[in-house]
Amino acid sequence: MKVLVAVKRTIDANVKVRVKADGTGVETANVKMAMNPFCEIAIEEAVRLREANIASEVIAVSAGPQAVQETLRSALAIGADRAIHVVTDVALQPLAIAKLLRAIAAKEQPKLIILGKQAIDDDNNQTGQMLAALLDWPQATFASKLKIEGDDAEVTREVDGGLETIAIKLPAIVTTDLRLNEPRYASLPNIMKAKKKTIDTLKPEDLGVDVTPRLNVLKVEEPARRKGGVKVADVAELVSKLRSEAKVIG
Amino acid sequence: MSALVIAEHDNKSLKRATLHAVTAAKALGGEVDLLVAGAGAQGVAAQAAKVAGVRKVLHADDPAYGHGLAENMAPLAVGLAGGYTHLLATATTFGKNLMPRIAALLDVAQISEISQIISPDTFVRPTYAGNAMATVQSLDAKRVITVRATAFEPAAADGGNATIEAASGAGDKGLSRFVKAELANTGRPELTSARIIVSGGRGMQSGENFKLIEAIADRLGAGVGASRAAVDAGFVPNDYQVGQTGKVVAPDLYVAVGISGAIQHLAGMKDSKVIVAINKDAEAPIFQVADYGLVADLFKALPELAAELDKQGLSKNKPSS
Repeated sequence: MKVLVAVKRTIDANVKVRVKADGTGVETANVKMAMNPFCEIAIEEAVRLREANIASEVIAVSAGPQAVQETLRSALAIGADRAIHVVTDVALQPLAIAKLLRAIAAKEQPKLIILGKQAIDDDNNQTGQMLAALLDWPQATFASKLKIEGDDAEVTREVDGGLETIAIKLPAIVTTDLRLNEPRYASLPNIMKAKKKTIDTLKPEDLGVDVTPRLNVLKVEEPARRKGGVKVADVAELVSKLRSEAKVIG
Repeated sequence: MSALVIAEHDNKSLKRATLHAVTAAKALGGEVDLLVAGAGAQGVAAQAAKVAGVRKVLHADDPAYGHGLAENMAPLAVGLAGGYTHLLATATTFGKNLMPRIAALLDVAQISEISQIISPDTFVRPTYAGNAMATVQSLDAKRVITVRATAFEPAAADGGNATIEAASGAGDKGLSRFVKAELANTGRPELTSARIIVSGGRGMQSGENFKLIEAIADRLGAGVGASRAAVDAGFVPNDYQVGQTGKVVAPDLYVAVGISGAIQHLAGMKDSKVIVAINKDAEAPIFQVADYGLVADLFKALPELAAELDKQGLSKNKPSS
């Protein structure tokens, strides 16, 4: 079976983001970019399925400007077989991405689509669920364990208060949580090999998808900053402050 | 203008998380209805009818809704959405799983984890792990919203007198099936509703050492949390995790022990009323957000703290250990 994996290029998770002074967004010029960490987990899971002879082909998909091809190359270096780049300069929102992925799924006919549960830039946590709705497929979100047997999958999900296991029929959508796997580092030979793999390009118009944003971002600001307080000398002073000054215990 | 809030429950009782979304729904200015979809959840519908400010409870009873599966719940909500301008749920794993499916079926955007309502179409929401607050305006006719619980006070669970109406949907879509839940039952308050939280980080060094954290938490009637580092190291289960990729909490008192204060952790607890940090590294970033910082070896400080609480008669229950 084919497995489709959606990947997003985001600011590197280790970079401290800075809000632009004019309030239009965050500074991305000369900032290190990388694959969204949850998407890396998604690619890793798909490649492991191919290595276990459950998947026959892993296709990485991304949408955005030319630069997202770097992210697709990273996916190919981890082990995806080929990639699809939907080229657009529009700032894509989850519903538009879900529609692009639905159109690609119609062409590629994957049995499984794996996505990260959220991207660490917009923190939306929507695209996988939306894609599942548009395809009328089951969704196993926030997955920490995935077991596939034939056309059935059993997925353990990280939910508030613990874990939940659901059974779903393929084709299906899975979104990854942190503990699903630990992505490998791409080896140098695999990075070289990835340069030769195919990246097909498409435009949203080719897929018949309207990607016009549904939300206007009016402004972006820094959060209210919390001020540091005082250092206490010992446990006795701490307890006394919490009791009589902060009045949160007692 | 009217809003439908999707209630979260376990067929026995209404989750407190839902009350935060009710408050947000009320702030929109119109009528507020609650959807209780479950299996044999009459008791939950009755509780929902008592929530202050709720006009009407829509109660759908079908085994297909018993475990809150999004595949079955979303078409039900979409079928009822006609009369509403806003659909809301709290941004728990339940709400995060369900609401985007509803939004896509309605062909509208979802506005995730709002922390402030500017007007019925304009909202503030955190992005980049809370490091950038975006004000966004919805251009859709219907708005599907998840609500950050810590940003809205819970509505009063009593005082309301809503009518209960039966509702129905297509039932089981046959796409997914609940197998099992493994939920932690520690007897301690849940993190998202705890008034006090004591959290441990990598500095705890082992899961065994979390007993020191638990000894303080149990004296204070507090919930126990952890940093992502402590969870990734296997000290405690994943549902302990406080942070951007775990739970976002805002208790009256948050005690961070052996936690350095990575951005990802701060995003999950910086809205707490009072923050205490105990760390042996005086330069740890956690001290920049702490109201009270104690530079000390936690293995010495925690037993001392337990003894001091006992001495001052502040311990609610003194564990035998």
